[in-house]
Amino acid sequence: MTLALDAPKQRFRLSMLIFDTRFRAITIQVIVLILVLMAVGWLANNTIENLAAKDKDINFGFLWNRAGYDIGQTLIPYTNDSSHFRAALVGLVNTLVLAFFGCIAATIIGVFVGVLRLSNNWLVARLMTIYVEAFRNIPLLLWIILVYVILSETLPSTADFRASAALIAEGKEPLAAMSFGGTAALTNQGTNIPAPFFARSLGSLGGGDFGLNLNFIAVVIVLAGSFFVSRKVLQRARVVQEATGVRPVTWWKSLLIWVGPFAVLMIALGLSFDLPVFGKFNFAGGISIAHAFTAMLIALSLYYGAVIAETVRSGIQAVSRGQSEAAFALGLRPGRTMNLVIMPQALRVIIPPLISQFLSLTKDTSLGIAVSYLDLRGTLGGITLNQTGRELECMMLMMLIYLIISLIISGLMNIYNASVKLKER
Amino acid sequence: MSETEVQFVRSQMLSAELPPASQRGVVKWMRENLFSGWLNSILTVLGLLALYWLVSASLPWLLNGVWNANSLRECRDIIIASAGPDAPGACWALIRARWHQFIFGFYPPPLWWRPILTFALLFVALAPVLFADNKRAATILVGSVTAILFVCLLALDGQWLHLVLITALMLGLLALSWLQPGKLLIVTLLFPFAALWLLWGGSVWGPVCALLGFGILALVYRLVSPKLGVVVGTAVGVVVACIWWLALQGYVSGGLESLIPISLEKVDSDQFGGFLLAFVIGVASISVSLPIGILLALGRRSDMLLIKTLSVGFIEFVRGVPLITMLFTASLLLQYFLPPQSNFDLILRVVILVTLFSAAYNAEVVRGGLAALPRGQYEAADALGLDYWQSQRLIIMPQALKVSIPGIVSTFIGLFKDTTLVSFVGLADPLRGITTIVRADINWKGIYWEPYIFVGAIFFLACFGMSRYSLYLERKLKTDHR
Repeated sequence: MTLALDAPKQRFRLSMLIFDTRFRAITIQVIVLILVLMAVGWLANNTIENLAAKDKDINFGFLWNRAGYDIGQTLIPYTNDSSHFRAALVGLVNTLVLAFFGCIAATIIGVFVGVLRLSNNWLVARLMTIYVEAFRNIPLLLWIILVYVILSETLPSTADFRASAALIAEGKEPLAAMSFGGTAALTNQGTNIPAPFFARSLGSLGGGDFGLNLNFIAVVIVLAGSFFVSRKVLQRARVVQEATGVRPVTWWKSLLIWVGPFAVLMIALGLSFDLPVFGKFNFAGGISIAHAFTAMLIALSLYYGAVIAETVRSGIQAVSRGQSEAAFALGLRPGRTMNLVIMPQALRVIIPPLISQFLSLTKDTSLGIAVSYLDLRGTLGGITLNQTGRELECMMLMMLIYLIISLIISGLMNIYNASVKLKER
Repeated sequence: MSETEVQFVRSQMLSAELPPASQRGVVKWMRENLFSGWLNSILTVLGLLALYWLVSASLPWLLNGVWNANSLRECRDIIIASAGPDAPGACWALIRARWHQFIFGFYPPPLWWRPILTFALLFVALAPVLFADNKRAATILVGSVTAILFVCLLALDGQWLHLVLITALMLGLLALSWLQPGKLLIVTLLFPFAALWLLWGGSVWGPVCALLGFGILALVYRLVSPKLGVVVGTAVGVVVACIWWLALQGYVSGGLESLIPISLEKVDSDQFGGFLLAFVIGVASISVSLPIGILLALGRRSDMLLIKTLSVGFIEFVRGVPLITMLFTASLLLQYFLPPQSNFDLILRVVILVTLFSAAYNAEVVRGGLAALPRGQYEAADALGLDYWQSQRLIIMPQALKVSIPGIVSTFIGLFKDTTLVSFVGLADPLRGITTIVRADINWKGIYWEPYIFVGAIFFLACFGMSRYSLYLERKLKTDHR
């Protein structure tokens, strides 16, 4: 009896490059590599020729030139004398702020609507279905434009707030009045709200394009400290519960830890509010939030709220009925069943699609172009691009920044996902 | 009193009483579904309030709607005359006056029959795909399309020659769908070329020769692949077809055109607009992005490092940037990447980039479907001796695609909704492009609900229809016994 110890030795033939699966993979990859290199070379060559024909080069130096345009909403110091780089930074901050508040609002709406869609209440479940279907099947752009148009065409104009001499003589009130006890004004230009400011501000470190606001840092440090301490308190409570079976009451401790230091900091910094007041022709003081931001925020959170609601609903439905029945059999009340049994399991199904919805929301902030919201695309990819004529550089930079934001969000969310994942032994 | 003394024994059953009034009928249903607890009752009251607010706000507005007027001011006057001052009222007259711009953009009115016919043929082409093994449904679809087309042509076109020819064509297709449903797939294959010719016009020989290129590809593949395998066969076919398209097609179609001139009046891309544009971009991108997406998903799961890296890089890049930046790439940057003086159609550029965009999303959906398959399926396919493409075609894809249907359809819906973004690169989409033009008209200045409701309703119909179809398909393909 003979054993075939080695594979039959064959001499390498050229045809094996096509027919032998071991070598075919290499053949294909080499061909693809050559094709890709050729394509890249062709594109690069075209680009060089085109740039030469237009007498342009690839140069990012324009970023340090004077921007020369104004931006309505600036959360970091900016004037039209600042550089294009600074303008891009302002745009990036605007993008991130919109995405941040949008994600929070959409999640809150989504969770509520998703749970209510599963409610036993016939009427509420139907209403929520109508809301979800209406928003999911109609383009986001329509909602953005519609909200913006309604805000800017139905609200009173600033002139209506004016108490002119004629009106005072007749003893009449102005056509429009401020809302929320005279602290805010809704006009067709924007929403005027009180502006918080610090009487004893810590100032900022450094200057120019990379200034650091010390007040902001102080707030972050205090909140981080509160977070740390409240987690310690909860851990202690868990230890006590496991040792004695009785969970100590923690809610007032947590509340104190979160509110106390923050309040002390605010008093120390001298927090006060600058109320919007109608001057001669327009509102002075306070912050004016442009309708572009409000409309984007409302439309994004309603639209993505509907999308997230579907995710939440399918996540809850994915938890088998036996789980809730078992929890009821153990004597858990419905609220605790939801918190301790259903939600932890549903979250595993909900989180991955939720991540991609946050990502889409962040990317869709670029639709701000429809209402002239000056986000990253509006500054770097809009006005700067048009002023300097550097399409290639601006677009590449903008795509790179969006790519980095996306990768960071999905990275963070994947870490969180790993922490709630089923721990299999 | 003796123990056995019995005063009364019922000898027959009582007929069943009705449950108490609170336990039956509407009352019971309401108690169970609307007022089962204090929380539920509060929710019901809130829901009723919201409903009342919605209805009271919109009903008078809808009931006072005006369909016949020439301007917004005239609408207001009519509403004031009929319902009194300060009464709300919709001004649908705008839709009546400008509906054709919302639907056709600036397509020349005498040629409207061409997009209408294309749209009807789209459904004929879709019938064998949508209802693959349901002859009745396919025939009903073709039949109703024929009827609607007839009415539309009668109302909008009014040229008897068109009407007779098109009706004959549609009746022929109807007969085909009933007698030989399988043959209807030929219509599906021919449809892209017919649509190209009908919508843009020009010589018929251009699309015919382009189609011939695919014929050459198929022929070469047939000849080569039995000897050298699928990959080589496809590659050789593509090379030969490319030679045909790039080098020979122009001469052949030019020659044929001078011999037998058959052509339609040309329509430029900048005359496209409204839902015509949305459907052109949507349908073209949807139909091309799925195959590319499948290939990308396979590439991402491939063992070949280079292919895998390229696929992952492409997918992650495209998914990481907003669609708007892709569209701006189409309108601003493509001129840098292509040879100098080459300038091709903006609609085509946009279609290409939208296709690539949704292909990346489709790839991820299909990858999810592939990941859901147990390894045993791959091993069983290998054990049967199937090669890679055979096992993908016969074993893996039918199962993976079935799992991915909801995801794929929601990608399609997303794509169709995203066609509205093309307004940012200067195309007249129905939502922003056309509505801006309409609202800029001095007669209709200040109108906002009506055009958006009209456009939104059409988008809703299309997207809702797609999602309902995906539910139907899921139910039909379901093979487990849960």
